[in-house]
Amino acid sequence: MRFTFLIYLLYISLFTNCKQPEYHLTKIEGKQIGVTDSLKAISEIDSFIQPYRAHLKKDMDSVLAYSVGTYSRDDGEFNTAIGNFMVDAVHEQANPIFKRRTGHDIDMVLFTYGTVRTIISKGDITIRTVYELMPFENNIVVVALKQPQIDSMLQYLCKTKKANPFSKLKLTIDKNYDLVNATISGKPIDNNKTYYVATHDYLYNGGDNMTFFQPNDSLYKLNYKVRNALIDYLKKADTINPVMDDRYIQIPRK
Amino acid sequence: MKRRDFIQQASATTALISLGGIGLHSFSNKPSAKQITILHTNDVHSHIDPFGPDDGKYPNMGGVARRASLIESIRRENPNTLLLDAGDIFQGTPYFNYYGGELEFKLMSMLKYDAATLGNHDFDAGIDGLYAQLPHAKFDFICSNYDFSNTIMDTHTKPYKVFTVDGIKIGIFGLGIKLKGLVDSDNYKETTYLDPIETAQEMTRILKTENACDLIICLSHLGYHYKKEPNKLCDLKVASLTKDIDLIIGGHTHTFLPKPTVVKNSEEKSMLVNQVGWHGINLGRIDFYFDSDKNKSANGTSIIV
Repeated sequence: MRFTFLIYLLYISLFTNCKQPEYHLTKIEGKQIGVTDSLKAISEIDSFIQPYRAHLKKDMDSVLAYSVGTYSRDDGEFNTAIGNFMVDAVHEQANPIFKRRTGHDIDMVLFTYGTVRTIISKGDITIRTVYELMPFENNIVVVALKQPQIDSMLQYLCKTKKANPFSKLKLTIDKNYDLVNATISGKPIDNNKTYYVATHDYLYNGGDNMTFFQPNDSLYKLNYKVRNALIDYLKKADTINPVMDDRYIQIPRK
Repeated sequence: MKRRDFIQQASATTALISLGGIGLHSFSNKPSAKQITILHTNDVHSHIDPFGPDDGKYPNMGGVARRASLIESIRRENPNTLLLDAGDIFQGTPYFNYYGGELEFKLMSMLKYDAATLGNHDFDAGIDGLYAQLPHAKFDFICSNYDFSNTIMDTHTKPYKVFTVDGIKIGIFGLGIKLKGLVDSDNYKETTYLDPIETAQEMTRILKTENACDLIICLSHLGYHYKKEPNKLCDLKVASLTKDIDLIIGGHTHTFLPKPTVVKNSEEKSMLVNQVGWHGINLGRIDFYFDSDKNKSANGTSIIV
């Protein structure tokens, strides 16, 4: 036993005495290399991916509807065809569910510019298109809002100067981005009324700095994914032809 | 019997070592050079397949299988290579929605990634979803400024790690972005965000002073720079407000840089900040050359970008 201990000691002393040459950093070189099609794919990796890819492809490539045009979230300054399509489709899909559960209608739907993740191209809309448009697993929620949250919401929409998509709300702002007029479901805003605003859970929890959803009167979770609502809507629609309209305008018009 | 075998073996090795020790002493005057290669990606966002030929932005670019062959050829050229990722491995293609990140981690393991830090989107399936995929990752997650102690991720990440490659000690730590307002609180649960600058100072002290690292690398998901938000913390700020970091490998802002950025740190020493866009379009490569020749090292470090 003692002998072993001695050997350990010997080890330690030898290692500590053993001087390695000291290395100093003399040169740094940095660059970026493009991953291009001139690189040969490693077949072992590719064949590992193949079963996953094949399973996905079967689901993703099924056609849901036809798009008349190509639509992007940057098509308009205050509202866009693609944004309007998304919130209008969500209203149509979610309202019957909400009404059945609560007896109320969804007064308006609100998403953000950032919710629209990609473009819809002219031609066939597949499940893959919808996954790219809405890759997140967010669920639709309905929030009961009163004054002053409705005011904060309108301020947010005026001041962010972005085409944040909304349905059933109409906004007019002046050249200083100050609110001129607002209606919900065609009626002036009633300061005593509770409004049922549909959005998704990411925004409800303060995403994109939407701080006005909380605290609130109540929250209803529909357990209905935004993506699934869009897929269900598109399954019913043969063709989509959304338009930029007058739901959010600046006066005088440029 | 066994113990005796061991003792015999041990003494034999000792003899060898002592000889080797003499050998090393006699060698130590002869200068030699070493090269460490750091390869890196960021914000790959589940982009496993290359972009198609009709893609409007990156036709025929990217793809894990192609990246693998690039990495393999660089490793053949210099086996003293580390492969790192700066986060947002998840979210962006249906592969993530369908398989929850399993394929991403499995492929990164096949490519022999050495370490990664976490990005905000790596919490998109919730902290439980991230935890569930950990068995598929054969590399370390290095997070220095997320305190996971009240979460399921507790003990499954490291605040720093020291890699010894060809005798060179490389210390790596990781900085994550503030999750509040960016990630649903239901998804990150009780993860606590710690100040990145204070954390960086603590980590560099541990790595430089306690661990005597020759090289310190920060994997960051803070973002390169925010033009519209000059007060927001970013990699360029971390670089200039700290010392002893040799390289910050960044992510989050999906920044394409024409070349790595040279930044002067708090001691006026030059270091590098790099980021290579997103979606696996590019691979970053930084080579560090070491020399034991005192005459060469007396001239300081030259940076070629």
